[in-house]
Parts: sequence; C-alpha cells; structure tokens
Amino acid sequence: MKKILIVGAASAIAEAAARRFALAGDHLFLVARKPEQLEAVAADLRTRGAAAVHTYVMDANDFDAHPAMLDAAQRAMGGLDTALLAHGTLSDQPACERDVALAMSEIRTNALSSISLMTHLANRFEQQRHGTIAVISSVAGDRGRQSNYVYGSAKAMLTAFASGLRQRLFKSGVAVLTIKPGFVATAMTAHLSLPAKLTASADAVAADIVRAIDQRKDVIYTLWFWRVIMGIICALPEALFKKTNI
Amino acid sequence: MADTVVTSWGRVLRAPHPVLGMASRHAPLPAPPQGSPHLLAFGNGRSYGDSCLNIGGGLLDMRQLDRMISFDPASGVLACESGVLLDQILQLVVPQGWFLAVTPGTRFVTVGGAIANDVHGKNHHRNGTFGRHVECFELLRSTGERLLCSPTEHADLFSATIGGLGLTGVVSWARLRLQRIASPWIQNETIRFRSLDQFFELCLASDRDYEYTVAWIDCTSGGKQLGRGLFMRGNHAPAAAAPAAHRTRVRRFPFVPPVSLVNRPSLLAFNTLYYHRQTGERRHSVEHYSKFFYPLDGMLDWNKMYGPRGFYQYQCVIPLPQGRAATAELLRAIADSGLGSFLAVLKLCGDLPSPGMLSFPRSGVSLALDFPNSGPRLHALFERLDAIVNAAGGRLYPAKDGRMSGAMFRDGYPAWQPFLDHIDPGCSSSFWRRVMA
Repeated sequence: MKKILIVGAASAIAEAAARRFALAGDHLFLVARKPEQLEAVAADLRTRGAAAVHTYVMDANDFDAHPAMLDAAQRAMGGLDTALLAHGTLSDQPACERDVALAMSEIRTNALSSISLMTHLANRFEQQRHGTIAVISSVAGDRGRQSNYVYGSAKAMLTAFASGLRQRLFKSGVAVLTIKPGFVATAMTAHLSLPAKLTASADAVAADIVRAIDQRKDVIYTLWFWRVIMGIICALPEALFKKTNI
Repeated sequence: MADTVVTSWGRVLRAPHPVLGMASRHAPLPAPPQGSPHLLAFGNGRSYGDSCLNIGGGLLDMRQLDRMISFDPASGVLACESGVLLDQILQLVVPQGWFLAVTPGTRFVTVGGAIANDVHGKNHHRNGTFGRHVECFELLRSTGERLLCSPTEHADLFSATIGGLGLTGVVSWARLRLQRIASPWIQNETIRFRSLDQFFELCLASDRDYEYTVAWIDCTSGGKQLGRGLFMRGNHAPAAAAPAAHRTRVRRFPFVPPVSLVNRPSLLAFNTLYYHRQTGERRHSVEHYSKFFYPLDGMLDWNKMYGPRGFYQYQCVIPLPQGRAATAELLRAIADSGLGSFLAVLKLCGDLPSPGMLSFPRSGVSLALDFPNSGPRLHALFERLDAIVNAAGGRLYPAKDGRMSGAMFRDGYPAWQPFLDHIDPGCSSSFWRRVMA
C-alpha cells in the first residue's frame, strides 16, 4: 500500500491516476486550489476503495506553504513514498508575448512551483533513502516551438531539473520520473481543436503513469508514439526548423 | 471552437454540433454556444435515433461528470454524477453484493441517460423502470437554478425529468437504490417455443418465480411458425452456483463494412441456426451477469455491422388483451416484408407504473426489432407497423425512435401537454422538434 501525495489533484490526469491508485487500495493525500472540486474528487476516490483520502487546499504558487503541506502529508499518512506533481496551466502564448508579467507568472506556475516542491521532496526522500518523485512535464519541453514556447520552456526547465535530480538521487535509491504527455483531452485543452487520432484520454495517460511509477522508469512519453514524433522534431537542424511553422 | 460530428447509435443521422463540456458538478451550466439557441445534455450516445441529437443547437458532453459521490454498502444507496456509466456502477457494487434494480440491455449508458429515457429491462414485471429506484437528483436549469428533485420535492419536475429526454434541464447527480445479490451469477433457463401463444403461456408461468424474463423471436418466420423463438427466464444465483471457469472477452467490431452484413440471406441463415442452437427444448445454465444481461456489449461497436447506412430500431408496447393479436399482426407484416434483423426481442411488461410523464413502458407486450436502413420500403413497413400499434392503443419508444410522426407520438403520450410546462427553454432536441412540428 503506497502513500501518495498528488499536487493538482483536481486536474483530469491526476484524478484518473488517483482512481487507479484508489483501486489498488493506496493511501492518498490530495492537494488542489479549489475546495469544492477537491472534495468531489476525494469523495469519488473514497467510494472507489482508497485506503484513506486526505485533502489539503493550497495554491502551488504559494511557495512558503510548501513545507507545511509536506509536513501535513507525512503526518496524515504516517510517511510518504510517492509524490505526483500534476498541477499547471496551459499558457496563452499570444497573451504572454504581449505581457511580460503574464509570461513570468506562467513560468512560475509551470516550472518554479514544481522546482520548489521537488527541492523539498528530494531532501526528504534522500534522507529516508526511498521514494518516487513523478512530475508531469510535456513534449512541449523537448523543443521550443513558436506556438507555445512560454509553456514549452517552463516544461523544458522541469525536464532538465528532474534529470539532474534523478542522477543525484539515484545514489539514495530514490526514483525520479519525468512524464511527457502529448495531446490529452482534458479541461485544460478543451478550447483547442486537437487532432483526434493523436489525442489521448486522461485515463490512458494515467495508466501509463501508474505503470511507469510501478516499474521505476525514468522518462516516459505518453502516449508512446510521441517519443517518435519528438525524436523527428528534435532532429531537425535549427537552420531548417526556424523556417517552418511546426 | 470547431464543431464535432455527432451521431447516435443507429448511425443514420449524423451532423456537426458545437459540443461544450462540464467538468464540475458545482459549476453553473454553460451558456449555449454562439449561434445555438439551446443545449442538450449528451451521455454515451446509445439512443438509436435523434433523441440525443440537437442539430442546429449545441450539445453538453456529460461524460466528464463521472465521479462517484457516496456508496453505503449496508443499505445499497449510491450517489453519483450523471455521467457515470452503469458499467462503472456495476464494477463498483457487484463485488460488494449489490446490483442495479433495473438495467437496460447495455451497460454503456450514463445514469443521466437512464433517467432521461426511464430505461427498463428483463425484470420490468418485478421492478418496473429505472426511475422507480431513483431517490432524487439535482436538476440544473438554464435560469441558473439548481433544484433537488424527488417524489416529495419539486415532484412535478421529478416526474417530468424521468423519461423527459433531457428537455427539462441537465441532471448533475443522482441517488439510486440498488438491490442485494448473493453472487454475480444468473441461473438461466432457455426454452424453445413454437408460437406466440406459447410465448404468452410461458410468461404467465414464469413471471411469478423468475425475476428476469425475455424472449428472442424469429422475425423471419411466418405462417405456421409465426412467433417462434427462445424464451429466457432467470434469477440471481446464490454464491455457491459459480461455474468452474469464466472469461470475459470483449471484442470490437473492427470497421464499417461497405454494405450491411444484415441482409435477407444472412438473416434467414442466422435465425434458423439460432432458433435451433440448443439440442433440447429446455436448457439450464449458469451465466455471469455480463453475459446474461449484456450479450451485445461483448462486441463493442456492433452497430457498425449494419454498414454505412446504419439501422433503425422499432420498439413498441401494446396493452393487453389486444396486444396478443396486434403482436401477431406486427410479426406477420414484418415476415411478409422480408426486412428485419436477428435482434428481435419480445417482453411482457408488468403493471408497476412508470414514474415519468413520458415514460415508455406500460403494462402490455413490448416488441423491439432492428432494421438495416434499406430505404423507402422500410419506411412503408414502419407506416404499416405504426398503424397496427396505434389502432391497438400502443406507443413507440422515443429512445429508439428516429422517424415516428408527431401524431403517433402525441397519441401514445397524452401527457405531452402537461409536460410542456416543464420544458427548459434553454434545452431542445432534434427528436422533440420533429414530434412537435
């Protein structure tokens, strides 16, 4: 029975993953911004068989609140072995181009807040010499593209940070998983017209995440074919790439 | 926001719709999209005709409201959001010794859809319709109101919404009463019968001791063999009844064939083989509930076998005693036409009143039949069948219907007039506009 912290627990992928954890009878500590949504998710998970579900209202951008939240998680569950960071926003690229403050705040939400959490978690897990830190990055972080580079660069920061952390924590037996979803049909992308054949359901992505945590993987692309797609996109020489509209 | 092409289970009507979503049951109803005067809640799209479509308006995809709210394993009371599939309920409650009090022939419908169509099943004579086991639900109206409806609160809206085809507003969550079971197994007896009279005798003999009764009927046989078929009667089995091995295999129909696979020769062949599929006149078996209740769910997308033109389903219920003769007339007309499908189901519905104003089931005999969409000859047959049903005081099932006339609907559902008072002006459907024209 795992003791799992989920930040951004009311988001679609996190909720789908939490359902799978609940079915396995795991212990859950859910963190989200909106109390009503959080309670709805918690009630669902309790009904589906989670050993226990705790809720904690916190905005991930409130960095000062991070240590207290982690303390609460460890107290409530009698320990902590898995953390899934699933919070984030899909930046409005054109708006970020016009508004520097917005661009900064998007990077704070999508990169810096997770870096703060990962720093705290890394130190705690390093001490206890076991655990898994799983962070949802994105294929957008593999290469900055004109259509979403504010979001993409934030995710690129997360990916690089997680990579270094993975190397550091390997010596302590702690796993760090970088999750790179492609197109996923969720509330976050509801306003976009995503190509149906490439778009995964939140549950399909959650299945990949849960399996990857169990198998202590390092980096996963979900769905799998994004590894191929991004391989091609990243292989394009910059001199050529800059002329395209990819 | 781009439109999505949406079709119903019959795959006859398809059209682009603007589709909105609803991620939280606490959120207000979204306003209809620009250019759409009204919205219609859309569940899993298992209605056969146009009752789940809103061509010219918008759809509200309810599938994201798929959370459980609470379940009491001692009392069997379950509260959940309206986008939860009956399948998800069963996966949760069957291992804990509970079952749906009423289930239709597929488990891939949402709770909202089950309420909107007031679905029924093989145990109608015992438990009535789905709506009888709904304690309450929350209804969201386009005015912004959030109303808790039950038999004692907003009772008129409660009875308008059950069977109300989504026209009274949007159900966000509901509380259901389940029934206790001892095991996931069903003890089933299949009996071959040669005539409609034999069917009715079997109903009389079975309805008291068997919770679930239904018959498959051979719609191609006419003359002396009119109304031959297989009668199935079953009960929930005790725990000890489990057979040695059980495998659930779910396949998916892989593609849409260029023509319907259901045609005159295949139909004749299948029906003859199926009627004779068991060597004895009576056969006992113990089956998993998924096989007994949902034989078609084992093949996902089975509706594709009818080809690109899709198919219609015709389901009527006719009161007794005239129902006996009327059913024979219907079967004769169908056999003579040469049209039809292997999916032909006959059921005697019981006396338990349906709680919805526009509920379909009533005491009498119900016949349900699929027809590949073969054009004008089919519609001529439908007119003939309508005449028979109408003359006998029967009615058709909106959840299955894609073509009945307004007059046919209004004759069958006299409560349509008081129902008008409860319609939410922000909701409409293609079906409703068709039958009210």
